[in-house]
Amino acid sequence: MCPLPLRSYDVRLESEMNQPLDFNRLLRLKPVAKVFKSEITGVIRLTEMEKLFHIRIIDDAERERFSFLPGQFVMLEVPGYGEVPISISSSPSNKGYIELCIRKAGTVTNALHRAHRGAKVGIRGPFGTNFPLERMEGQSILLIAGGLGLAPLRAPIFHVTENRSDFRDVHILYGTKDPDQLLFDYQYEEWRRIDDVNIQVIVEQANDSWKGPVGLITKLLDNVTIDPNGTYAIVCGPPVMFKFVCGQLSQMGIPMDRMFVSLERRMHCGMGKCCRCNVGDTYTCTDGPVFDYWSVINLKEAI
Amino acid sequence: MLFKILSKDGFRSLVEIILQSNEIIAPKKIGTKADGDPIHQFLPVTSFEEMDLDYRTTEYSAKTYFLPYRENLCTFDFEADDWEQKIAYRMQPRAIIGLRAFDINALTKLDKVFSKGRFPSPYYISRRKNTFIVGIDREPLEDEFCQSIGADIVTHGFDLFMTDLGDRYFVAVDSDRGFNLLNRVDVREVTDEDTQAYKEVRKRIQNGFKTKINLSNLPNLLDLEFTSEVWKKWGDKCLSCGSCAMVCPTCYCYGVSEEVSMDFKEGARVKQLYSCNLLDFARVAGGHNFRPDQETRLKYRYYHQHRGFLEDYDEPKCVGCNRCGRVCLAGISPAAVIRDLYEENV
Ligand SMILES: Cc1cc2nc3c(=O)[nH]c(=O)nc-3n(C[C@H](O)[C@H](O)[C@H](O)COP(=O)(O)OP(=O)(O)OC[C@H]3O[C@@H](n4cnc5c(N)ncnc54)[C@H](O)[C@@H]3O)c2cc1C
Ligand code: SF4
Ligand code: SF4
Ligand code: FES
Repeated sequence: MCPLPLRSYDVRLESEMNQPLDFNRLLRLKPVAKVFKSEITGVIRLTEMEKLFHIRIIDDAERERFSFLPGQFVMLEVPGYGEVPISISSSPSNKGYIELCIRKAGTVTNALHRAHRGAKVGIRGPFGTNFPLERMEGQSILLIAGGLGLAPLRAPIFHVTENRSDFRDVHILYGTKDPDQLLFDYQYEEWRRIDDVNIQVIVEQANDSWKGPVGLITKLLDNVTIDPNGTYAIVCGPPVMFKFVCGQLSQMGIPMDRMFVSLERRMHCGMGKCCRCNVGDTYTCTDGPVFDYWSVINLKEAI
Repeated sequence: MLFKILSKDGFRSLVEIILQSNEIIAPKKIGTKADGDPIHQFLPVTSFEEMDLDYRTTEYSAKTYFLPYRENLCTFDFEADDWEQKIAYRMQPRAIIGLRAFDINALTKLDKVFSKGRFPSPYYISRRKNTFIVGIDREPLEDEFCQSIGADIVTHGFDLFMTDLGDRYFVAVDSDRGFNLLNRVDVREVTDEDTQAYKEVRKRIQNGFKTKINLSNLPNLLDLEFTSEVWKKWGDKCLSCGSCAMVCPTCYCYGVSEEVSMDFKEGARVKQLYSCNLLDFARVAGGHNFRPDQETRLKYRYYHQHRGFLEDYDEPKCVGCNRCGRVCLAGISPAAVIRDLYEENV
């Protein structure tokens, strides 16, 4: 009897990735392992710990297909070091490059901080849910960030300021520990000059040169009057902040499903496979990172 | 489902045909325990005699042939300031012979995670599609609770599934390639007598399941008992060794790390299976650990098995093989933990 070689089934999903990528969650196949090779086109030092990287996908076709929504993140690959999830910090309308604001925290992020203009990195994504800005149109918006939370919040800030007429009152509130930790301090003035945007910055501990208010971020909320039925809030920052800020917003009458927060967990895939980002019965990478606050308090041990 | 009768000699020629040009993985006896019971593992075999289909269970599941413990997701070739990414999948066909029903059900659960949904995994799919699966019905061990979970019978996810009727096999055929292969050996149609004999054997196997667990309302119970002392009781015993996840046929969580060769010319992104019981599972940069104690980590393993997975796929992830219970040095077994949850034994 002749031997029977079992037939080999060639399954190459990567080829599917050359089809137009449409990140509206309808497309079935998305980048699984292939990274878009990208170049660091610029580095901006923000503070001792954070740098802003301008990153451009090298391939023209890949770059044109890449688009994201505010709140989504990419997996940033530094070959030889590893891969980390980083929120996209630039305007969604900017098609040329994305900006990533990265804090020095460990192996990969330290390696990045040593990288110069011209270095080649890889990105996969974008992944995750976004802040539902289209739902907020015609309503007032509170954009609140603490510390590094301004990095993910910048994308919705850009969207709102670029489309100012789609929204009613816009308040941007930002707080950090001390003035040295303020991110993007060169940008507040720009935002402040935009007609009819209320931006306020607060620090917990002032130094000699600080002229602004001192205290916790919740203090800024005391100066804000809102119409509880027509206001959405986006809150980014450390989990402790969610409890206080969202708690106060609740008292001001904003329903919990109109507050959006971005959660952070350890991530190794971004695709709902590795389970590292699991909270309760959901995955931060695919069901989040953006959750409405009602879902968050109903998730076990989310904050 | 199509059924056929395969003679024992026919089965031997079937195995030999496959072996002529393919690798076969089958239960193989690798030693004896202190109490005299044989130890089996799924390993490559080179002859019909090497396989031992009279096995009861294996220490490790066969998942490693689909989700290897260690696998390169991609490699990087470094050159001056540049690099090139290379991606490759395993595509050589092979056959796994002798999977029991629950192990095949475990694969269909993994299929749901890795073959379907928004991000199908080419690494998994290429292995799964290129694996020919021959299952076998065996009498259960006392501590297996597959029946309570409904994983003791299998209806799809294999190519051939055999039930031993003494001098012949009753074979269920679930794929075209299985059908073609069968037709090359000594098979015949099923007679009433065969069906009768098959039902007898099935009844005997069904009655062999002695361990029962109560699964009704378990998802809700897991929510309600989230802060129960039961987790502390069992968590305190747990050694955070991760063995339970390694032997489990459905535990699939992993970590990814990167390696560079000594001459800095090559790098690789390596995926390694992980366990949610390991200490740094949810540790993030800066040192914060979202699950710092054994209790929470152990709880989450059960929570994923019987609550989280159900949320996504409408069925528990566990198939009741009790491999984790047997391997655990601390004596933690699902049947006992779940019973304690119901009875609030703290
Ligand atoms: C959705 C999301 C958005 C993020 N956005 C930003 C951002 O805009 N700017 C920024 O500076 N940081 C951001 N982070 C945190 C950033 O991912 C971690 O600081 C980074 O992974 C640390 O990696 P490391 O290799 O330097 O640290 P190490 O401690 O050496 O980490 C080793 C590995 O653990 C994993 N890991 C460790 N900490 C985290 C973490 N906090 N989150 C996820 N994975 C982790 C990574 O896979 C990493 O490769 C974000 C995290 C998430 C989940
Ligand atoms: S439950 Fe048992 S096998 Fe699993 S990690 Fe704990 S001690 Fe190890
Ligand atoms: S009994 Fe244990 S090893 Fe077997 S499937 Fe369930 S959790 Fe996994
Ligand atoms: S990052 Fe892997 S499951 Fe979310």
